[in-house]
Amino acid sequence: MPEALRTMQIQLIHLAHARSGDKGDTANVGLIALRDEFYPILVREVTAERVKQHFKGICKGNVERFELANLGALNFLLHESLGGGGTLSLMTDAQGKTFSTALLRMQIDIPDEEARSLALD
Amino acid sequence: MKQKIRIAAGQGFWGDLLDAPVRQVEGGPIDYLMLDYLAEVTMSIMQKQRSRDPNAGYAKDFIPLMKQILPACVERNIRVTANAGGVNVEGCAEAVREVARDLGLAGKLRIGVVTGDDIMPRLDELLGRGIELRNMDTEEPLASVRDRIQSANAYLGAWPMVEALNGGARIVITGRATDTGLTLAPLIHEFGWAADDWNRLSAGTIAGHIIECGAQCSGGNCQYEWRSVPNLANVGFPIVEASPDGTFVITKHEGTGGWVIIPSIKEQLVYEMGDPRSYLTPDCVADFTTVHLEYEGRDRVRIYGIKGRPATEFLKVSISYSAGYKAVGTLVYSWPDAYAKAQVADKILRARLDRLGLKFDQVLTEFVGANATHGSLSGEPVSDLPEVQLRVGVRGDDRSAIERFTKEIAPLVLTGPPGVTGFAGGRPKVEEIVAYWPALIPKEEIKPKVQVIET
Repeated sequence: MPEALRTMQIQLIHLAHARSGDKGDTANVGLIALRDEFYPILVREVTAERVKQHFKGICKGNVERFELANLGALNFLLHESLGGGGTLSLMTDAQGKTFSTALLRMQIDIPDEEARSLALD
Repeated sequence: MKQKIRIAAGQGFWGDLLDAPVRQVEGGPIDYLMLDYLAEVTMSIMQKQRSRDPNAGYAKDFIPLMKQILPACVERNIRVTANAGGVNVEGCAEAVREVARDLGLAGKLRIGVVTGDDIMPRLDELLGRGIELRNMDTEEPLASVRDRIQSANAYLGAWPMVEALNGGARIVITGRATDTGLTLAPLIHEFGWAADDWNRLSAGTIAGHIIECGAQCSGGNCQYEWRSVPNLANVGFPIVEASPDGTFVITKHEGTGGWVIIPSIKEQLVYEMGDPRSYLTPDCVADFTTVHLEYEGRDRVRIYGIKGRPATEFLKVSISYSAGYKAVGTLVYSWPDAYAKAQVADKILRARLDRLGLKFDQVLTEFVGANATHGSLSGEPVSDLPEVQLRVGVRGDDRSAIERFTKEIAPLVLTGPPGVTGFAGGRPKVEEIVAYWPALIPKEEIKPKVQVIET
């Protein structure tokens, strides 16, 4: 494979921190770049589709994504994810508080060259 | 006009650290103390308490707190905004008045009483006029749960509180008011912001959003570098130091623990966020994509550049209704084969529930220690887990079925897999579910009432 096409896998926890909460049966996850330079990677790689796929079996509705370039952050809404939400939910995490770290488990691929330039290799 | 107003957050929810507001008053200079007591379903709990005791129905903790801090508040000219009134704002105000008199402060302070949020007595009239109060999430009309409704309150914004402050109130007590309004109202009152000054109103709203969860912006629940957060045992609750131009600094008292850093503020900014461009409140539509942060010193983050838009023509309504029953039972399985034993126990339990012919709307099994928080994302647990908690929850309309379920947990100790413990708490409790129904109502339907009473 040509050098320029080689990629490396990296887990989001090395690129971002996060906080999550709930609105009814919807979990929200705010994903914040640890460094400003990481934000474009998050925008490129952590799409609504990727997040929906990541939470397969957990998020039963659709996923919406909003960009906050000013904070270097993305906000995700994961609909139908909390077993009915609020007091109806039987889940340990009825308020979606740990969806933040669940998202940080995601593995993404970035080009070797980019990883090197950001000292991520 | 003062050029700086310091608003301190003292409670992030009803049940937060009891001494936090006291420390905010004692720990350094502040002008206002704001206390947020009402979560989404708190109103229904208070409604229930009031149905048993007509003098109840508000945040009881607020009264001993007032007893403790009122003399200092009077002496140092600190004002308080609190949505402690719940479903009995007048009762709460009366109790505070008594405290003031007991402390010899009669005549030395006025209490602002904001009501008009309670639409429970008007529901049939509203529904009759075609105001359907559809569920914002499911679009269902409220009529479908009409006979199960326990409370219904519109979220009031900052302006009724401003009126109370303008009338000389030192303590402003509301029922269902927005968390953000508790911070915004003092800023409008002090700086004379106009009702259509959308940028500044949005700035005050976002300031309120940042501090409304207490220490969650100053080091609590901070995922960023969590090991490095200093001295959480003595965590400092946040303070907004606001200027007339709508810029503000988030800080905390000298000598307290926790930290106010840009990452901790960012984490709170995105907390419970929907569309960041449109954070809807009764007072404005705040745009979180315009927030800019910079350091202004140690534990000082300056926030500027906030823009907003006109408020909508609607208020949010928080309705609670009875939605059946639930119970959760747990047992702990130990090494060896802890996870496998918990799984087998779950199968046995479910087979017994089936044989009993019990019907539930939902049965949920979780294995705490293996996958209760991250579900399938946790992957296969390591084979040698030292212990696993089996946690089974059921929900349904038939109370007797839920009741029967609670009697099937402990027997697993003698009739299921070995190495089990953790049943000393006795049978699980059956809980009545009070669910939350968010809806919208045209603003003109709600007429807030403001009284300022002498002590």
